[in-house]
Amino acid sequence: MVMLADGGFTWDPVEDVRRLLEFHFMVNAFRAGTIVAVVAGVIGWFMVLRRQTFAGHTLSIVAFPGAAGATLVGVSPLLGYFGFCIAAALAIAGVPRAGARGTSEESAVVGTVQAFALACGFLFVTLYGGLLDSVNSLLFGSFLGITDTQVATLLFVGAAALGVIVLVGRPLLFASLDPDVAAAHGVPVRLLSVVFLVVLGVAVAEASQITGALLVFALLVVPPATAQVVTPRPLLGLGLSVAIGMLVTWLGLACSYFSDQPIGFFVTTFAFAGYLLAQVGTRVAGRFRARGARTPLHTGIPA
Amino acid sequence: MNGTSPLVVRDAAVRLGGRTIWSDVTVEVGAGEFVAVLGPNGVGKSTLLKVVLGLLPLAAGEVLVCGREPGRGSSQVGYLPQRRGFDESTRVRGVDIVRLGLDGTRLGVPLPARFSARARVASRRVDELVELVGAAGFADHPIGALSGGEQQRLLIAQALARRPALLLLDEPLDSLDLANQVAVSGLLADICRTEGVAVVIVAHDLNPIITYLDRVVYLANGSAVTGPPREVVTSGTLSELYGTPIEVLEASDGRLVVVGQPEAASYHPALHAHHH
Repeated sequence: MVMLADGGFTWDPVEDVRRLLEFHFMVNAFRAGTIVAVVAGVIGWFMVLRRQTFAGHTLSIVAFPGAAGATLVGVSPLLGYFGFCIAAALAIAGVPRAGARGTSEESAVVGTVQAFALACGFLFVTLYGGLLDSVNSLLFGSFLGITDTQVATLLFVGAAALGVIVLVGRPLLFASLDPDVAAAHGVPVRLLSVVFLVVLGVAVAEASQITGALLVFALLVVPPATAQVVTPRPLLGLGLSVAIGMLVTWLGLACSYFSDQPIGFFVTTFAFAGYLLAQVGTRVAGRFRARGARTPLHTGIPA
Repeated sequence: MNGTSPLVVRDAAVRLGGRTIWSDVTVEVGAGEFVAVLGPNGVGKSTLLKVVLGLLPLAAGEVLVCGREPGRGSSQVGYLPQRRGFDESTRVRGVDIVRLGLDGTRLGVPLPARFSARARVASRRVDELVELVGAAGFADHPIGALSGGEQQRLLIAQALARRPALLLLDEPLDSLDLANQVAVSGLLADICRTEGVAVVIVAHDLNPIITYLDRVVYLANGSAVTGPPREVVTSGTLSELYGTPIEVLEASDGRLVVVGQPEAASYHPALHAHHH
């Protein structure tokens, strides 16, 4: 980037924030990043709980040809992201599950689609003229040039997706944890699974805007997984997942702005660091608790 | 007993894929009664539960749950499917699992008890249930981190959440160690008597539960015999049902041992030592 003439990072937080928000494109990047972090944090929490990260991964792979194809035909990449992700979500929902947890057949079908989607995306990019920059930002994320319209679209679609989750939250939790009992209670388990996949498609399409198609998991998996390590309370976990997502997005944007390195790397690194911290932290805390509960004789750890 | 018993099954038959699974099954379960469905593997024990849940239609006869046709999602019926337990990485608390049994079908998201009167009532009910099944010590832990017996107690609490008249459990003792088999059987018997719930349990081992049972439904050979355990589980009755000689022996402490049953023996020597 060349627009950093104003100078780089200072250790004065007020001054840094002023510089960060000096340009309108950065304000829009923060707006978009925040919207995406909230949507991905909530929907990702359910995805991790439902063990559908593989489906989420597939949707993100499909986001790439979606955006590349949209660029090729001259419409907004956003349209391509949403269109392809939602179509792919419906396709995955249509693959019949062999048995209650027949994941192996699903994985094979889904893996086949993944390879094809990546190949298509590459073809579209090549046909478009092979601007390497656009491949990079589609795959690994970029926050440049997000327009007011795009922010409004992200907000509108994200709010709709979250609205659906809020509406079906409890039955979705029930169906995710215990499909058999939920079905016996009259929860439409199959319908909820389709609805969730579509909503997941929306979340993936949104997150792709910031992190790129390949690093979607930095916002969609890592913050929710971290939250689930920290707390088994559903509401607290959802809140924490959103908070972690927002924090790593803001930090990533700031670091990327000041260092001129790609945002996807920073967001992923911060998210990963948070996850490691949570794992180590809960283990240490667990060990301390265990030590307190037992007699000192059994610990074998020097105090 | 009359038509408003929690469960009435009369001359019922089920056909699946053109094959009659069983026919002429008749049983009535009154409030506070404990009934076991016994029989070898693959005889259609779980099928009977599915019929009562309204998930499968009958080919003949009738089933009435609290005097009505079985329907999906009835709050009159609590159900515990056969399972292997929650994945170790399932990071949701036991109390949340119990709570889903109470209002998991309602749209929306649960609010903290602080903000909603309904949530306060619900969380009181959950505390009550947790207390009832003796899970107070571990209900706040993530369900995946609990033992099979602890998970089973919480799931029983979940199934009881809507105060059902009828509780159906599919092999609830199957994945448990001996101590927990005995403990969970005792818990079910207690709930049956104190809460006045009719309990129907599918089992393939009679011994941990025999002292608590009011009646058994013994399914074999496409048919069934119903009655008090000591009248049904006899050499004569079972030989007639199977159409082949079966011997039922009684140990000195009253345990029954079924010998010569094709598949799924209902006797495990180790249980002898641990019960009582």
